[in-house]
Amino acid sequence: MNGLRADLAVIAGLIEPGSRVLDVGCGEGLLLAELEAQRDVDARGLELDPELVERSVARGLSVVQGDANCDLGDYPDKAFDYAILSQTLQTAQRPDLMLEELLRVGRKAFVSFPNFAHWRTRAALLLGGRMPVTRALPLSWYETQNIHHVTVRDFRDLISAKGVRTEGAWYFSGGREIGTSGANWRAEFALFKLSR
Amino acid sequence: MTTAIASQSLTLTHDLPLDCGQALPAARIAFETYGTLNADKSNAVLVCHALTGDQYVASRHPITGKPGWWERMVGPGRPIDTDRFHVICANVIGSCMGSTGPASVAPDGERYALRFPVITIRDMARALIALINALGIERLHTVVGGSMGGMQALSLAANFPDRAARVLAIATTARHSAQNIAFHEVGRQAIMADPNWRGGSYYDGPSPDAGLAVARMAAHITYLSEAGLTEKFGRRLQDRPDGTKGAKSFGFDADFQVESYLRYQGSGFTQRFDANSYLYITRAMDYFDLAEEHGGRLGDAFAGHAMGKGARFFLISFDSDWLYPTAESRHVVHALNAVGAPVSFVELSAPHGHDSFLLDVPALDRVVRGFLQ
Repeated sequence: MNGLRADLAVIAGLIEPGSRVLDVGCGEGLLLAELEAQRDVDARGLELDPELVERSVARGLSVVQGDANCDLGDYPDKAFDYAILSQTLQTAQRPDLMLEELLRVGRKAFVSFPNFAHWRTRAALLLGGRMPVTRALPLSWYETQNIHHVTVRDFRDLISAKGVRTEGAWYFSGGREIGTSGANWRAEFALFKLSR
Repeated sequence: MTTAIASQSLTLTHDLPLDCGQALPAARIAFETYGTLNADKSNAVLVCHALTGDQYVASRHPITGKPGWWERMVGPGRPIDTDRFHVICANVIGSCMGSTGPASVAPDGERYALRFPVITIRDMARALIALINALGIERLHTVVGGSMGGMQALSLAANFPDRAARVLAIATTARHSAQNIAFHEVGRQAIMADPNWRGGSYYDGPSPDAGLAVARMAAHITYLSEAGLTEKFGRRLQDRPDGTKGAKSFGFDADFQVESYLRYQGSGFTQRFDANSYLYITRAMDYFDLAEEHGGRLGDAFAGHAMGKGARFFLISFDSDWLYPTAESRHVVHALNAVGAPVSFVELSAPHGHDSFLLDVPALDRVVRGFLQ
């Protein structure tokens, strides 16, 4: 999968041809375009930024401008085989409710997020005493859209409390996939495949 | 108003069935085309016009001499590129630019006037289907329209799901709201209160221009935004005919620039439009409610597009449009999602209100071009 961010490349490799997919916060539609072209997927997107919607539509994709915090309610139950939420969970008003919605509209969900417990983040906070600005979290506290920072361990706790099944987990650092050992220290980003 | 001669027209050899139960005999459909139809007839784009629009989407209007109403969108190299697409635009039935309407002569040799049957948006779509049938076009590349044109596009898609591969509905709605109906009723009452209207049988005498002008003035306000009006006119005063600069007349002349503008819009409109056509077309819009015959479930109106078998849809709204606000487009998007039809939607930011779809909004050009790729 050329040119896709590491977490998206993993997702793209795992989606069966012919699936129905909703990418929540699809940006300019890179993943959806790849899925449509390579895997004959019925690809749909939801995106807040009208300029990104515009670019997605110009790629021939079906993308609806909307706010994932409230507009997921417009989709029927199990309308999709997969609902994807990449690098967006930490910006949700209520990540727990958004997770519920993802698993309502999709039979399965892919969720990826920056891990706030990565050692760089921990070090920046411990030694610098300020909110971390790192490769994975490049914006200052006052301008970031990340309002719910989350760690790998927090996320595991949430999904077990919700009775959600983990079908797979992948961890990334420096744009490459890394092993699972010590993931809560070592991973800049995490990706989970979830189902009910 | 003067009767225009359309460059092309089709006279149906069958009666056109109408929602009201009657049928229209020998209906004439006036239309314009641009660009070349390809060999397999797969590049036809049908443009549907709005309430007071016409078939001159990209060519000079024969009465006003003004450029086509959507030349910024339709033409060589434009977003709806006539170097690539065969663009068709037809005057709706009930109108007055060459298609059969209340000003047309009925089979008995007299003008229809109010004997013309009340038509609906679906009847307009039926006439458009009859036209593309006559042109031998099985499936349109795209059906596109803004405002009432968008209603026709949605109605065509709902009632004839196999006939268009793409549906682009701009600044429109799937049903007329109470507020929409109320504004139209003001316009109709203004026309019918004009003594020249004479129960609609005015074709042998003066036209009810004063009433029609008031109808246009009231409607025109709904096409603009409050911010747009403020920016364009504010409370600025007109220069007086005697040369006095911007002073109040302490009378009822058009002191304010906005008054003068509206009067100009109103009187200009009477030169090119028939008052009875205005009654019929506004009525058709008021009757429009795609969900009505499906027990209020709009998704059922699009059942022919379920699970990706039908058209790709794209709805566009404008943040300053209070006539058909974004919520109306979202309502359609929701219904299409419910049946699993491929749908895109974007709300564009533009200051011009409902009329934004006709005006300089570069983002609109880009998304339309992108959708037609």
